[in-house]
Amino acid sequence: MGATKIVTEASFADDVLTSDKPVLVDFWAEWCGPCKMIAPILEEIASQNEGLTIVKLNVDENPAIAASYGITSIPTMNVFQGGQVVKSIIGAKPKAALLADLAPYL
Amino acid sequence: MSDIRNLIIIGSGPAGYTAAVYAARAQLAPLLFEGSVTAGGALMNTTEVENFPGFTDGIMGPELMENMRAQAVRFGAEIITDDVVTAELSGDIKTVTDGEGRVHQAKAVILAMGSSYKELGVPNEKRLSGHGVSWCATCDGFFFRDQDIAVVGGGDSALEEATFLTRFAKSVTLVHRRDELRASKIMQDRAFENEKISVAWNTLVDDVVGDAKVSGLAVRDAKDGTTRELAVTGVFVAIGHDPRSELVKGQIDLDDEGYVLTLNGTTETNLPGVFACGDLVDHRYRQAITAAGSGCSAALDAERWLAASE
Repeated sequence: MGATKIVTEASFADDVLTSDKPVLVDFWAEWCGPCKMIAPILEEIASQNEGLTIVKLNVDENPAIAASYGITSIPTMNVFQGGQVVKSIIGAKPKAALLADLAPYL
Repeated sequence: MSDIRNLIIIGSGPAGYTAAVYAARAQLAPLLFEGSVTAGGALMNTTEVENFPGFTDGIMGPELMENMRAQAVRFGAEIITDDVVTAELSGDIKTVTDGEGRVHQAKAVILAMGSSYKELGVPNEKRLSGHGVSWCATCDGFFFRDQDIAVVGGGDSALEEATFLTRFAKSVTLVHRRDELRASKIMQDRAFENEKISVAWNTLVDDVVGDAKVSGLAVRDAKDGTTRELAVTGVFVAIGHDPRSELVKGQIDLDDEGYVLTLNGTTETNLPGVFACGDLVDHRYRQAITAAGSGCSAALDAERWLAASE
């Protein structure tokens, strides 16, 4: 386990919705190739940026949350601020492109 | 700046990794850029590969790629999980820059960037991408449990996706523009035997319909022009691929569709010391085994060229 944290349906409210800092939720699953590709990139971004918390939510184990946010494609990376989705990134991207998308929250 | 290497390989997948296995065994100490998010290539988005010789019971696409990668590393290939963003390929020393801005140089380069999914090119496709429009059945099929969905295409990939998606979906409509499929017989038989799959023949896609997410697919009959809407909540696009030749456009000779042109059955390009293999070159066979075979050819061509130029 690196710089990212695992969240579940049970911990989602505490870890994501009521967090003081912006939180990026990586919706992922074991069977998703592109999700595995971006995992190390997210670890790097998490360890290099203290302003943004990065957490991982396994959609297989937590389908209700994925459904409630209308996830139909993974990886989807939603940034939550004050309990609301303020940014949604769909699909794997190179690190530089992800950093550009996330710049306002880092 | 690092030292000048013998060989840089750009791209992974069966072509790039196989080139790396051969080049590493030939003591060329190759450096391979596998891509920051595309490492492993097209097979990373597949499930079972049943036709790669030597795997009696099939093998998962991602596992096959992990194995090839490990095999290349075992013989001393150096692998960087990043993209090449610029490449200067003319001249005796080739120079490439990676996504972090680092510069690498080599005497020879093998191009194996593969291909990317073709888009439908209809007005609302991009907007609804990730909201019901998908290019990856293995990634996104899960989200369409008990729903009616469409797969657009008629090749092996389209039929593999359609068949895979029946694990989740209530029904799968294969939307195809002609009245016959180009997919292999075994894939067709398997799809036609599946009760959940039906085919909309001679059907062209006009647009994807939906506000926040997909609610339908607007289609037109290719023969009489009548239009209708298929009530589907998911649209999986599998209409083929475009070669990823953007990086070398203007330096390397390409054909009209953007595939890299190679000389007389070899992997040589128009530039000395630059070789090309895999889906970047091949619009005819496009198989894991043919890509691996051409990756081997590229490594052998590069090895000979390096020996001759010394």
